[in-house]
Amino acid sequence: MSSKERQQFKPMSMSAKEYKSFAQVREPSRSIGTNCVKAFLVGGAICTFGQLIQNLYMTYLKMTETQASNPTVATLILIAVILTSLGVYDKLAQWAGAGSAVPVTGFANSMCSAALEYRSEGLVLGVGGNMFKLAGSVIVFGTVAAFFVGIVHLILGTGGQ
Amino acid sequence: MLKGKHTWWFENRPVITGVGTVVGPDEGEGPLAADFDLVHPELDMQQKSWEKAERLIMEQASDFAIQSSGLQKDDLQFYVGGDLMNQIISSSFAARDLGVPYLGVFGACSTSMETLALAAQLVNSGSAHHVLAGTCSHNCTVEKQFRFPTEYGSQKPPTAQYTVTGAGAAIVSEQGDGPVITSATIGKIIDLGVTDPFNMGAAMAPAAVDTLTQHFNDTGRTPADYDLIVTGDLAGVGHPIAKDLLARSGIPMEKTVFNDCGLMIFDVAKQKVQAGGSGCGCSAVVTYGHLLKRLAAGELRRVLVVATGALLSPLSYQQGETIPCIAHAVSIEGKG
Repeated sequence: MSSKERQQFKPMSMSAKEYKSFAQVREPSRSIGTNCVKAFLVGGAICTFGQLIQNLYMTYLKMTETQASNPTVATLILIAVILTSLGVYDKLAQWAGAGSAVPVTGFANSMCSAALEYRSEGLVLGVGGNMFKLAGSVIVFGTVAAFFVGIVHLILGTGGQ
Repeated sequence: MLKGKHTWWFENRPVITGVGTVVGPDEGEGPLAADFDLVHPELDMQQKSWEKAERLIMEQASDFAIQSSGLQKDDLQFYVGGDLMNQIISSSFAARDLGVPYLGVFGACSTSMETLALAAQLVNSGSAHHVLAGTCSHNCTVEKQFRFPTEYGSQKPPTAQYTVTGAGAAIVSEQGDGPVITSATIGKIIDLGVTDPFNMGAAMAPAAVDTLTQHFNDTGRTPADYDLIVTGDLAGVGHPIAKDLLARSGIPMEKTVFNDCGLMIFDVAKQKVQAGGSGCGCSAVVTYGHLLKRLAAGELRRVLVVATGALLSPLSYQQGETIPCIAHAVSIEGKG
């Protein structure tokens, strides 16, 4: 250091707006097309698998289609919970995206993962208080959506069918 | 001694006499695995909670650092530590067992160099003979606090980064054998309006550029004066942005080797870490584990570590706030 001539560099000056476009062109794009295809394939596969389970219940346990639907959902939930606990579901989801999030298995994963994560904070405040941390908003907005659909149904007078 | 506007010049040449680095399984599969003191094969490290695991690696890294310096806990005057957890519990709880007077700091992922700069300043000013600086992060504690439960199936965008499970600690002493800390530039907060917490690299890049520019202007040095300049955890998205920003300011970064700890710690092409590593532990273990070994071996003579931090909280980004970022630079030189 010392006698060397001091070179002064110009400090960076950029507005937030300028930086946004500067950074954006240098960020990898999110492949929406590929993600849609993956989601379609995995989501479709999960639903087909569910249909297979339902058919098995109908064929071997002699259930009607209506009777078989609840045990089918329960079976899918059970499988999702096991896969979550084994640490597999989140890895599948990184690939599948919405394909594993939208079916009932995704809902089961959101509750199971929260229950596992907050177990260290105790059963009541930990598991009980946090299990619906992610799933809660699905229930809230599901109910709100059902309410509005119900109103539309009433106004259009389809007679409650 | 203050040099220029925001740089401390350590004329008494504080020495890093001991270091300790402990990492998790993913870092153990990365290219720098051989440089760390201990690689845990499991993320839970046989602890009951992620938080306990993070605390454990901080304690282990401190123990390695104290051991390798040949000192005893009683020889240390102060411990400067910090981490990413709310109320920096990992560092404070590690300090409880250490029994050394403790200064807790928070600088998000810039904590590694913030603690090292403070430790060097304490020693340089004669306020201490030996100071321990350390920081840590754990992938799962960070996921839990800042993102989603670890097993939750959410798809991360390619701009996201993978928090390093690792703890790094260094003993800074008045004299002894080891690399010398010669200067530190303290950064100011730069916020260019990025709001996406899955794009921290782009958010932090301008802070790194600002601190680097300040460092060169304060010290009169240029990139050519360094064998290596590393940013903390800008990773695959932020690092090229920083490079382009520096080129735009006319700073000749091509005269040095310019890399990023978040890109060095993982094999980004093979390991599923999206854009690369992040977290307090990232720059800490790369600096204390890898870079100091290369300095000791004489492969490098002078390096500048610019640790970057995103000073957001889950609350702030949910309220739609932008991400304030900071970077601190510390220059370290080989003994000769």
